Amino acid sequence: MSNAATTTHGATPIPLDDNGDTRRWRGLVLPVVAILLWWALSRAELVNSALLVSPGKVLATAADQITTGKLWRALGASLTRELTGFVIGTSAGLLLGALLGVSRWFNRLVGPSFNTFKQISLFAWIPLISVWFGLGDTAKVVFLSLAALVPVVVNTCDGIRSTPKPLLEVAKVYGYTPVQTFFHVVLPAATPAIFTGVYLALIYSWLATIGAEYLLVAGVGIGNLLIEGSEHFQMDLVIFGMFVVGLVGWLMNALARHVERRLAHLRGAAQ
Amino acid sequence: MTESATLELDLDLHGVGKRYASAQAAGGVLQVLDGIDLNVRSGEFVAVVGASGCGKSTLLRLILGLDDHYEGHITLGGTPVQGTGRERGIVFQDHRLFPWLTVEQNIAVGLRNSPHTAAQKRDLVAEHVALVGLEGFEQSYPHQISGGMAQRVAIARGLVNRPRVLLLDEPFGALDALTRARLQTELQRIWEKERITMILVTHDVEEAVFLGDRVVIMQPHPGRIRRIVPVPLAHPRNRSDPRFIRIRDDVLSDFLAPDGAPAEADSVPAEQTDLYRRPIPSLASLQMAW
Repeated sequence: MSNAATTTHGATPIPLDDNGDTRRWRGLVLPVVAILLWWALSRAELVNSALLVSPGKVLATAADQITTGKLWRALGASLTRELTGFVIGTSAGLLLGALLGVSRWFNRLVGPSFNTFKQISLFAWIPLISVWFGLGDTAKVVFLSLAALVPVVVNTCDGIRSTPKPLLEVAKVYGYTPVQTFFHVVLPAATPAIFTGVYLALIYSWLATIGAEYLLVAGVGIGNLLIEGSEHFQMDLVIFGMFVVGLVGWLMNALARHVERRLAHLRGAAQ
Repeated sequence: MTESATLELDLDLHGVGKRYASAQAAGGVLQVLDGIDLNVRSGEFVAVVGASGCGKSTLLRLILGLDDHYEGHITLGGTPVQGTGRERGIVFQDHRLFPWLTVEQNIAVGLRNSPHTAAQKRDLVAEHVALVGLEGFEQSYPHQISGGMAQRVAIARGLVNRPRVLLLDEPFGALDALTRARLQTELQRIWEKERITMILVTHDVEEAVFLGDRVVIMQPHPGRIRRIVPVPLAHPRNRSDPRFIRIRDDVLSDFLAPDGAPAEADSVPAEQTDLYRRPIPSLASLQMAW
């Protein structure tokens, strides 16, 4: 095959592309096999149909959820919460992380407390949050903000503190003011680390959204959809809900990767 | 050129010394430089050569103003040197270009706080891109060009705001032999064209003799000047000229001679080797237990 590729007049990209496509589709093999197996099992009625519903039933539920608008309402509520918490947590995280990274004085003052604070498991906050803020949207957004805050603070601070000293010296040689040094040296140098933090915050806050909806049960959302399904023993609804959660997570991941690549390209970073 | 112009004093070092606190050294103090006296004429090319650990890079950092804690006096054009300043440019061994800026933008870094207008800055950058022969690479990023080209960019950045003195800290030390030889010739051409005072620190004796009007030989423990060898040969120099070889061997003999301090000594704090290695933030460091 490689022989054929080299003998054709320089049109080598075609077999290469082909190869790349094959590889890309390879990841779909497992899910397809799993779905086929699932379908076969439910078809053969080997397992209790209430525990393992058929793919057809899940599809019907999906269609129902989509056409009646229930899905959109739940998804809309969850995503609004997610984004609100993400934006609040990330903004606070950027500010706190930058302060911790730039100011030695501030770091000595707040650093130890923050390091203790971040050791507390996120879900350990739930009882306190539910007492202070109830079970509604405020409580959930507070929880999500916390989930987003920690990775942003840690990565922003690390990124800023690990600005290469040789580059800081260059700034000093050319008489950069502290403000110029921050915006033209420290911040660009820390951008990949900061992005990692924001990316993690996005994923964490989505995971935390489901957790919050599951533990602070009030209102609508994808998490509530799951609870509803489990309470009414509607496995089709549960499976559909899980599928939606996974899909949203996957989309966020893909979006973040895309932005990261664009960013890396923009700053000409060598990997 | 008039006689007075060539004799004009530019950079004057008088009794310059530097010590670090060090747990390993005797008495807890490590004397890196001691009693350095050196006068550099305007437009002169001085090459400082010495084994690693003789304090030659420290000397450049003091002239550059990155370190203000030293003994003695350093004056430039009669004014004491205080902190960094645009009249002193530098080319480091590691090119130290900003990886997120293009070649053009990296050169313009040298002009960020200069009084030029935007148009003048553009012209100056273009002029210096041409000076170091990088036309066509203006929009490239540092990772897209070779080490030799990156060092050319660093030279252009060092020269772009017309410093009185350009300091070169082993600028070609990290390059392969062929690129190094080419850039030495290049640097000599630039120096002849621009007539800027240059002080080159190197451990390459041939490089020192090839480029320097004078070669300052340093020796360690503490870092001091052993002797200063004039190189009365016209530029550009021929490396196979018997006179060139004689001077080179003379300088080299200082490092091969059994007397004096041993040539290899690395007790000085490693200054700038590992600074680029930055830790990748690990997920484990987040300590977020679900």
